[in-house]
Amino acid sequence: MESNVIYLDNNATTMVAPEVLQAMMPFFMERYGNPSSMHDFGGDVARDVENARHSVAQMLGADYDYEIVFTSGATESDNMAILGTLQYYRDKKHIITTKVEHPAVLNLCRQLEREGYSVTYVPVDREGNLDLDFLFDSVTQDTAIVSVMYANNETGVIFPVEEIGAFCKKRGIPFHVDAVQAIGKIPVDVNKIQCDLLAISGHKFHAPKGIGVLYVRRGTRMRPLLYGGHQEKARRPGTHNVPGIIGIGKAAELVMQHLANKDEVERIKRLRDKLEDGLLSQFANAHRNGNRDRRVDNTSNIGFEFIEGEAILLYLNEKGIAASSGSACSSGSLEPSHVLRAMGVPFTSAHGSIRFSLSRYTTEEEIDYTLNIMPEVVNQLLEISPYWDSKNKKGKLIGELAR
Amino acid sequence: MWEYTDKVKELYKNPKNVGEIPDADVVVEVGSIVCGDALTLYLKLDNGKIVDAKFKTFGCGSAIASSSALTEMIKGKTVEEAAKITNKDIVEFLGGLPDQKMHCSVMGQEALEKAIKKIKGQSVEDEHEDEGAIVCQCFGVSENLIRRVINENNLTTVEEVTNYTKAGGACGSCIPKIEDIIKEELNKVKEKQDAEVAAKPMSNLKRMQLVEETIQNVIRPVLLRDGGDIELIDIDGKKVYVALRGHCANCVISDVTMKNLVQEKLHEYVEHDIQVIEVK
Ligand SMILES: Cc1ncc(COP(=O)(O)O)c(C=O)c1O
Ligand code: FES
Repeated sequence: MESNVIYLDNNATTMVAPEVLQAMMPFFMERYGNPSSMHDFGGDVARDVENARHSVAQMLGADYDYEIVFTSGATESDNMAILGTLQYYRDKKHIITTKVEHPAVLNLCRQLEREGYSVTYVPVDREGNLDLDFLFDSVTQDTAIVSVMYANNETGVIFPVEEIGAFCKKRGIPFHVDAVQAIGKIPVDVNKIQCDLLAISGHKFHAPKGIGVLYVRRGTRMRPLLYGGHQEKARRPGTHNVPGIIGIGKAAELVMQHLANKDEVERIKRLRDKLEDGLLSQFANAHRNGNRDRRVDNTSNIGFEFIEGEAILLYLNEKGIAASSGSACSSGSLEPSHVLRAMGVPFTSAHGSIRFSLSRYTTEEEIDYTLNIMPEVVNQLLEISPYWDSKNKKGKLIGELAR
Repeated sequence: MWEYTDKVKELYKNPKNVGEIPDADVVVEVGSIVCGDALTLYLKLDNGKIVDAKFKTFGCGSAIASSSALTEMIKGKTVEEAAKITNKDIVEFLGGLPDQKMHCSVMGQEALEKAIKKIKGQSVEDEHEDEGAIVCQCFGVSENLIRRVINENNLTTVEEVTNYTKAGGACGSCIPKIEDIIKEELNKVKEKQDAEVAAKPMSNLKRMQLVEETIQNVIRPVLLRDGGDIELIDIDGKKVYVALRGHCANCVISDVTMKNLVQEKLHEYVEHDIQVIEVK
């Protein structure tokens, strides 16, 4: 590890891999040319950009390198996918997405509703699984696009994008996948999914922040969000973020190596399970949010009843552990996480839910340390909580759970 | 990450007065787990004095710190003295709170107020009637609380009210009601100011000064921008004689300009019954 903190917040962002940084370095001060230039100093860089594009295409199982469009990140990719499609199919005014999308999709859809679009938000069950039949039944003649995330950022729960892809293909509806939280954790293959569009973000898989990709299947009809130069075949104009592109290309290579290494993949899952099982067995007031088996291997979302998430995070922070919560206070809004509420997680624990997310750099010592620290943190907060009967070691909440 | 003061950090890390008082004279609860924060306050009294105060809190770091601050502030005070403490005092004690966390200090004040009512034997049972209607269903925030917080902290926007009380922070369906309340409260303040002004008749000298200033600094710049000008001819009591010059003088709407602009501005800045008369 490069820093002293125990970093269990890898769904928020990740460390840049040393190999990635190394690959990027020459492109700041030595090979800083513009890949669109006529001279070799710039033109040579274009070759590296295309190599990076090829690596990303390989990672996603894309047929053609030009299906990879570089963007500034997944927020842009998601917006570009949805808005670009709507701009093309101007007479269609219906969008299908889910209740648990990232704000990059959700807030865009809310805005589109204000502009006259109708949006169907497909619900999830108590374990965070998508109601597929609901989705299938929502499709109308007016549906312009279906946008569904591959894996949820808060719970890690994986959605059946392949089934949705097959359905959309049959019905001829453009299908966009937000694969930000799946990439690097499970194999992502655009042809198995049969999606038209797919968004990923570099900083979630050990490339730097500010570089993302939108996969655009050959022949997909859409209009650009930005107008300018001819870069990215005018689908996304603007001088290339060369260091970022080189970085995401290298990170894609590392992802392929990582996923091919079964032991390494298994190791992360084992550490996640060790942490989760350790917490669930230690605390009577703890439970898992999200389907145990149908989720990415690095994520664990634990709800602690009767104590509040931000307080837990602040106490963990004092102990040098970085995690996150979808709880009211830390996110700035006052409602608990929209994902947990969509799942129907009761307020008793929705406010006290903590997300631990590991990476391939997470070590067993770090998990052990966290398991050692947690009792101190949780018990201290239970002692302060008015909903905890410290004498009888149980919660004293009655009618309030419902809602 | 929130910008917490050192005092807040100190108090959530090592909160003082955590726990229950088994033989407490007063126990009150505010907030709920649904809302994301809740506080139970225990007080021990002796001869009208708060001799011990303890708390239990469900909530974020600043909720814990605010509760701890409250108990420290009221310990040793008489009930009368404690009754004067507002959420502002709690914020001050903590060296400040982030805007979005102001509601934590309000929760402390709410608990204290409820406790004092109980001590004074006022029934807390019919509190809903007492507190006025619930405006925000999501967080159970009453109209009275919203009005009080607006007044004590000079709030003017819905966002501020949400920061202080949480009302409006979830489904948002109460926002129009909050807007109405803010408007009403702002109007009350303005009416009060107007009443004060009306109660004190203005001297002629003062009025002349104000009229001149207003024409010079407020009205003229607007007219000049449109290619016109204004000249003050005379002031006789509440009658103000002016002449319009330049572009405006030939303009058919000069009368309208007069009434709508000059008079409006003089009403706003000087007195509400000034009469403007145009001299051709
Ligand atoms: C599922 C999902 N979609 C989109 C995004 C936004 O990505 P970016 O930070 O690259 O804009 C994130 C990152 O938080 C995410 O988790
Ligand atoms: S009623 Fe106030 S936020 Fe829902």
